[in-house]
Amino acid sequence: MKVFTKGVFRENPVFAIVLGLCPALAVTSMVWNAIGMGFGVIFVLVCSNLFISLLRNYIPDEVHIPAYIVVIASFVTVVELLMKAYLPSLAASLGIFIPLIVVNCVILGRAEAFASKNGPLDSVLDGLGMGLGFTLALIAISLVREVLGAGQITLFEQGETLVRIKLGALNDNPIRVFAFPAGALIVMGYFKSLFDNIMKRSK
Amino acid sequence: MGVFAEIIGILVTYVLVSNVILTQFLGLCPFIGVSKNSESAIGMGFAVTFVMTLATMFTWMLYNWLLVPAGLEFLKVISFILVIASLVQFVEMFVKKNSPALYRALGIYLPLITTNCAVMGIALLVVEVEKMSLFNSVLAGFSAGIGFLVAILLMSAIREQLEIEFVPKGLKGAPIAFISAGLMAMAFMAFDKALLMNLVG
Repeated sequence: MKVFTKGVFRENPVFAIVLGLCPALAVTSMVWNAIGMGFGVIFVLVCSNLFISLLRNYIPDEVHIPAYIVVIASFVTVVELLMKAYLPSLAASLGIFIPLIVVNCVILGRAEAFASKNGPLDSVLDGLGMGLGFTLALIAISLVREVLGAGQITLFEQGETLVRIKLGALNDNPIRVFAFPAGALIVMGYFKSLFDNIMKRSK
Repeated sequence: MGVFAEIIGILVTYVLVSNVILTQFLGLCPFIGVSKNSESAIGMGFAVTFVMTLATMFTWMLYNWLLVPAGLEFLKVISFILVIASLVQFVEMFVKKNSPALYRALGIYLPLITTNCAVMGIALLVVEVEKMSLFNSVLAGFSAGIGFLVAILLMSAIREQLEIEFVPKGLKGAPIAFISAGLMAMAFMAFDKALLMNLVG
């Protein structure tokens, strides 16, 4: 259980270790994109952790990084093809950030630091916890950005249309800068500061 | 004039208008991690430019001459990452053997570049989204690298100054770096498509 919960808060990949930033900031202008990206990462992380942990005694030490990358890249390809087939508009708005899951340092980091040393069950739990922590961080950032930047919350996609909650006055006069890259970096800065201070208190 | 304008257009687009870090969010990890002093920022910037130029060239050739004719586009993720990883290894060995001085300057940054999403991101962008020609792709890779260098160099200068300025206690370290980067990105918003239009018509 501890293996599972540490990824969600104490070792949260985005806020505590500051890994996997590129997708965390690039796709968070809409809540639905953040959810989609989060689930993609959870899937890849759990599968790659499971496989690497099962193969950990067979992969020679000298080539372990390329071997891990191949495992990760295969699952990323699976996610990309599935998303294009079943959630085409999500796939279009995430764009090149789906194939870029392969260079998300969170995944290679967990393979190297955890799955290569632990059994399959623990590795799956670790993957789930870390993935969930990543997803929650993305949702938190995207909530702030979408509410302030567009005055709405996009929840999920139904066929061709996106289901949205519109927030009256903010929707008419949004603070556009939060939807742009500049706003993302600023929101991330304040989140990081908030997180650091909560961690310091709880110690 | 046409060719010249195109070259200027690509340079301005990738260095300023769609700067890899500040508008496309590629390569943020080294941007925050390695920007604590200017010396390492310059080293990282040049190493990225170097690898990015070569990587866009090789991945372009691989994609358009091998994967597309064979109908294997879905293998692009696996093949690109392997090309980039092995390219980084080769560059490291080559530089180590032929130019020890350059190796001392770039050496420690080279292995980090494999997981730098800017390299992979630009490689995917030019073949998949923009569908550029080989020459334009290499030029785009080079200009994106220069854009990375410009951004990380500016950032390291800001962070060196922040060391001696007053920063609220809660924001010290990474948070203030993010906020400064945000303000910098806001300044870069002034470079937009309209500027490019005025420049090259």
